[in-house]
Amino acid sequence: MTLTSTTDATGTAAPAGRKSRRRLSRLTRTDKIVLTVMLGIPTLLLLALVWIPALLSIVLSFSVWNGIGGIGDIKWVGWQNYHQIFTIYPPFWPAIRHNVYWLLVFVLIATPFGMLLAVLLDRQIRFSRIYQSAIYLPVVLALALIGFMWQLIYSGDQGLINGILGKTAPGDQINWLGDPKLNIWAILVEASWRHVGYVMLLYLAGLKGVDPTLREAAAIDGANERQAFFRVIFPAMRPVNVVILVITVIESLRGSFDIPYITNKGRNGLEVLPVLVTNNIIGEASRIGFGSALAVILLLLSLGFIVSYLIQAFRKEPA
Amino acid sequence: MTTTGLDPATLAAGHKGVVGEQRRKTSSAAITVFLGVVALVWFVPVAWSVYTSLRPYADTAKRGYVSLPGKLNFDNYSKAWNEANLPHFYLNSLIIAVPAVLMVLLLASFVAFGVSRFDWRLNVAVLLLFTAGNLLPQQTIITPLYRIYLQVPLPEWMSDSGTLYDSYWGVILIHVAFQMGFVTFVLSNYMKTIPRELTEAAMVDGASVWRQYWQLTLPLCRAPIAALATLEFTWIYNDFFWALVLMKTGDKRPITSALANLNGVFFTDNNLIAAGAILAAIPTLIVFFVLQRQFIGGLTLGATKG
Repeated sequence: MTLTSTTDATGTAAPAGRKSRRRLSRLTRTDKIVLTVMLGIPTLLLLALVWIPALLSIVLSFSVWNGIGGIGDIKWVGWQNYHQIFTIYPPFWPAIRHNVYWLLVFVLIATPFGMLLAVLLDRQIRFSRIYQSAIYLPVVLALALIGFMWQLIYSGDQGLINGILGKTAPGDQINWLGDPKLNIWAILVEASWRHVGYVMLLYLAGLKGVDPTLREAAAIDGANERQAFFRVIFPAMRPVNVVILVITVIESLRGSFDIPYITNKGRNGLEVLPVLVTNNIIGEASRIGFGSALAVILLLLSLGFIVSYLIQAFRKEPA
Repeated sequence: MTTTGLDPATLAAGHKGVVGEQRRKTSSAAITVFLGVVALVWFVPVAWSVYTSLRPYADTAKRGYVSLPGKLNFDNYSKAWNEANLPHFYLNSLIIAVPAVLMVLLLASFVAFGVSRFDWRLNVAVLLLFTAGNLLPQQTIITPLYRIYLQVPLPEWMSDSGTLYDSYWGVILIHVAFQMGFVTFVLSNYMKTIPRELTEAAMVDGASVWRQYWQLTLPLCRAPIAALATLEFTWIYNDFFWALVLMKTGDKRPITSALANLNGVFFTDNNLIAAGAILAAIPTLIVFFVLQRQFIGGLTLGATKG
């Protein structure tokens, strides 16, 4: 059955000049049908449940529709939804502000701290496995659960913090979750608690993948630790850096749903874009067009980073 | 002039080496302490939840929550388990997570196989479509999806609500569709590292595409599949959003989404809430303790291959 080729089961190279690419024309008809089905079903599912709704979302953002009537009830209103969102929708600007805080805290504090921890843990000091585990434990927990657990810490009269500070008497309590000036920051501590572990894990893996000869070369050239890191190692980890940046942005936008929603359904200082979208979609007071416009804004904010990630991930690496 | 090795440059380097060694030792100790403190602080919230959950309500009512325990027992756990009927919600989570993980792995491996082992025109475009699909915000998808689900009819045996909305299948399918992108991306990257010659040889031997997939390629992907299964199970189990929005009946919701309702009704004090939260977290904690390597492997496969 085998042709007289030099390929064998262990995969030694085919003779030069014979391209080891499969041309589709070499497949039998059955093969082609099987492949089409194998690729077709997932693609259809993806289109039907992800891409078409995403596109419909954009389209519907230009409409007013309460969803009760049929499709015939849709009214097209151009930019009216967007106009209303920017001018007369009270929770919008607070939500943007809070998501920007979220982004800034993640980008300026949580992510760098996670990277720092990864760099330190990469040195293989004693107990590093235990430390690692403690720091990334929050990553396996659901964000909703994190919201619950931290309610035990932030509770006015029964919480850990107020208990330690001795401020549990009524009137004396610090209202961590109820005070609109405080609660977004309290929430950001929770979210960072998890995000630091996530970044640490990814960065540690990236560090372990760095070619050791790079470090040796830097050491021979007389670089101290800091120089070696910033001038040699950090730039060499560009793919990981991009991934971490994208994850940071995505987590601060679409990942900002769970904790505010669990804490107080996203009101009173905890308004965030994802919750606003949801509030306008589900329930009796369903304003599909309006919610879609909010969702499109959320998409646009994420888009820049999605695109840069895709470019990075799909770029052919130089040989 | 330099054969004795005592020229200034070597001496300086040697000196730097010794001093550097000292510096490294002290800084190593300092780092260990620093990381130890950080790890301890990081562990506090979970430790606090566990501690609170082990204290009977009478104990905390008498002594306050920030206090040494009078007694510790599992009362809260048995109360949370029984009164809130937690086994029912665990079952819901399993009903959703297990089929979803299996389907994601299967369908994504189909696409990864097709995209990585063959060269055809739309190769990159399809991979792009799948990868980008996982990066979209869920809230951008939900707006029409909610309406679509309300319209799509399902036979009675698949959904007692008659439509995709408020049905297990509805939630399973959106999980599959949404997570396919990530798994496809990771698996296709991995499959590209399998030598072409292996499948070339099989093809030359007359193996059909399906056999190449099922008997050759897939078994070679055991490690990433195990890692992805762990990761996906954790993510799908932890999901709060999809079931919240696409299921109306509180009774059908998986445990993560159901906790919010349970909190108001059954978990009437913080001790019960703590016990309930820990109980809900247990499957993921098992993953944490037993399947650590797979979980981390799954995460990092997805990231560092980019």
